[in-house]
Amino acid sequence: MKPAPFDYQAPATLREAVDLLASAPEAMVIAGGQSLMPLLALRLATPSLLVDLRRVPGLDAIAIGDDGIRLGARVRWRDIENDPRLETAHPLLRETITQVAHYQIRNRGTVGGSLAHTDPAAELPGLAVTCEGEITLAGVAGTRVVRARDFFTGPLMTVRQRDEIITELHLPFWPSGRRWAFREFAQRQGDFSLAGVALFYDEDQEGRVADAHVGVVGASDRPQRLMEVEALLNGRFVDEPLIREAAEAAARTVDPPEDLHAPAAYRRALVATLIERGLRSAAQHRSA
Amino acid sequence: MQVNFELNGKAVAVDVEPRMHLADCLRDELRQTGTHLGCEHGVCGACTVIIDGAAVRSCLMLAVQAEGSSVVTLEGLSTEEALTPLQTAFRKHHALQCGFCTPGMLTTAHALLTDEPDADADRIRSVLSGNLCRCTGYIPIVDAVLEARAAYRKTDKP
Repeated sequence: MKPAPFDYQAPATLREAVDLLASAPEAMVIAGGQSLMPLLALRLATPSLLVDLRRVPGLDAIAIGDDGIRLGARVRWRDIENDPRLETAHPLLRETITQVAHYQIRNRGTVGGSLAHTDPAAELPGLAVTCEGEITLAGVAGTRVVRARDFFTGPLMTVRQRDEIITELHLPFWPSGRRWAFREFAQRQGDFSLAGVALFYDEDQEGRVADAHVGVVGASDRPQRLMEVEALLNGRFVDEPLIREAAEAAARTVDPPEDLHAPAAYRRALVATLIERGLRSAAQHRSA
Repeated sequence: MQVNFELNGKAVAVDVEPRMHLADCLRDELRQTGTHLGCEHGVCGACTVIIDGAAVRSCLMLAVQAEGSSVVTLEGLSTEEALTPLQTAFRKHHALQCGFCTPGMLTTAHALLTDEPDADADRIRSVLSGNLCRCTGYIPIVDAVLEARAAYRKTDKP
């Protein structure tokens, strides 16, 4: 369980970091290392050079404004858990992050690392897709912004180029009164979930669902929004028959993987159950 | 390459390969063998140390990444003279059997209670879920941490 040898640099600026990545074809970025270190230990990743972002300034802020929330790439899970502003500014983000891995991992794991690593069951990529987030990348050619729904292309795969570094995740403004829920199921607390569901909706004057967003992780090769379920919910009152209908639609829509942890049919049923529980919970919980 | 950090309150400088994780650096270079290595890929929690006040798995961090940090290992949590309140509580509740996971349990519990001296049993269970124990069934460990809370409340109050 010892990584293969590599070189290591901790540049002082983003520019230097990008140039280092461009200069070495087998270079990789490390920040918290909570996904990369196991890959190194198992020699699933054998980079020639690790570029550590620990000295790069400006990557560790949580900025909350009228246009939403900006999470720097090196913001750690514990920073999100410990930021009381997020209780109202983005309660779904806060709740979702409390479900990430274990205490020690949350003390070190980062926003950028989770997005770049892109485990299909990871919470933050799912939240980014569900909330119509945008990811900023800096590379040799300059900076670009990619919509989260276009960013993730498959298990451990994204559109990030070799010389690019994720610098920020933007989540759109979260209005008060919004209803929301996050639910996931793992065989042991802190393990990768077999499936997880993030959802939110607003309500019109009469209390009918408006602008429903429903996303799923772990039940396909990448985080996914369930548009069919959203369309079903919009304009309706949330009651038990609608919850059942939405759960069945969700189970039909997902195309879950089959692996040693669970057959596809189990994950499909699990998605239905999580949607049910999530919608029931959302009907009880309104943001401040 | 050389890395400088503070280990249990004392400045240390070590020459390490970049690929060496912090746990190996602590055990093999600095002889801090209280840090145990179980899985070496971030699953078991035995190698937990406290970095700048936060419980962290030392196998999931390169030694070179500790540059400028304050690192506290199990050795830094106790003295030769007397048992700490956490150690006393572990002893009283038989919160260990083989003892392999104990360093990670103690460092994690210490970091938790320092930040959250009022943590309830659910919170303690949730935090310790990152530490595997194959002997005890966890119940005595949770009981010990619950009992140790009192000592952290006192030291926290000015």
